[in-house]
Amino acid sequence: MTTHALTADQHLEPPSTTGIPHDKMGMWVFLCSEVMFFTGLIGAYLVLRFSSASWPDPSKTLNIPLTAFNTFLLICSSVTMVQALASADRGDLRKMKLFLSLTLLFGACFLGVQVFEYNKLLFHEHFTPSSSLFGSVFFTTTGFHGFHVFCGVVCMAYMTGKAFLGKLTQAHHQGIETLGLYWHFVDLVWIILFTIIYLF
Amino acid sequence: MEQEHKPPNYMAIFYWLAGLTVVEVAWATLLHTNRFPLIVGLVAFAGVKALLVALFFMHLKFERKSLGIIVGSTLVLGVILVTVGLLEHYLPRP
Repeated sequence: MTTHALTADQHLEPPSTTGIPHDKMGMWVFLCSEVMFFTGLIGAYLVLRFSSASWPDPSKTLNIPLTAFNTFLLICSSVTMVQALASADRGDLRKMKLFLSLTLLFGACFLGVQVFEYNKLLFHEHFTPSSSLFGSVFFTTTGFHGFHVFCGVVCMAYMTGKAFLGKLTQAHHQGIETLGLYWHFVDLVWIILFTIIYLF
Repeated sequence: MEQEHKPPNYMAIFYWLAGLTVVEVAWATLLHTNRFPLIVGLVAFAGVKALLVALFFMHLKFERKSLGIIVGSTLVLGVILVTVGLLEHYLPRP
């Protein structure tokens, strides 16, 4: 019986030579590649911006207060995500579900605000990717970030569904930490994008 | 696994992040025409916010050093990439 239990545990948590669970390590390696991806985009933006003789004032085209509110939403989602993990660690599964749902809600709201912003820029102010160099890099960079948030929201919906189906317990909730790493990374990237694209 | 640690005060970090966002927007509004202090300030604020998220929300502060080295080396490569790109513009051409 003990041998059976041990075998089952080993099947669930394979031994790790790094001391870090495999899925978490895999996520970190993936995030390292994401760092290089966004560094490429941010680097291209900075080089184009500082090598251009003139550059439009972002505050004249973009809605800074709205985007600052969106930044606040993403920061809120990061806090609820980390609180979901802390609740799972404590075994408080009710709060874990609540915080996962809130994270999903904040992420969806962020995307909603971004769609609203894009709609206003593209169809009302005629600021498009082809209208200027700024437009091109703005939509490329924020678009790729938005796509990352979208992927995060889809994964968050899956994780929240698992939580409500009772598949996440105090002993087995590694997925929350792994997804949380991705989510916080997306928040971190937005903190930098908001500063250099909207405020510079 | 990483060593057991007391969970940080996440709400305090949230207040710092929210507060720094407000300060950032105010800084950008007030120093709109003064480019050098504007950029230095904004980079500093964004750097502190990014560091808070990485250290406390992503728990890098409590992870093994080897993981810090892996992530840190990626950041160094990223900084080199951006710096070389910018130097291309600022350094005199032969």
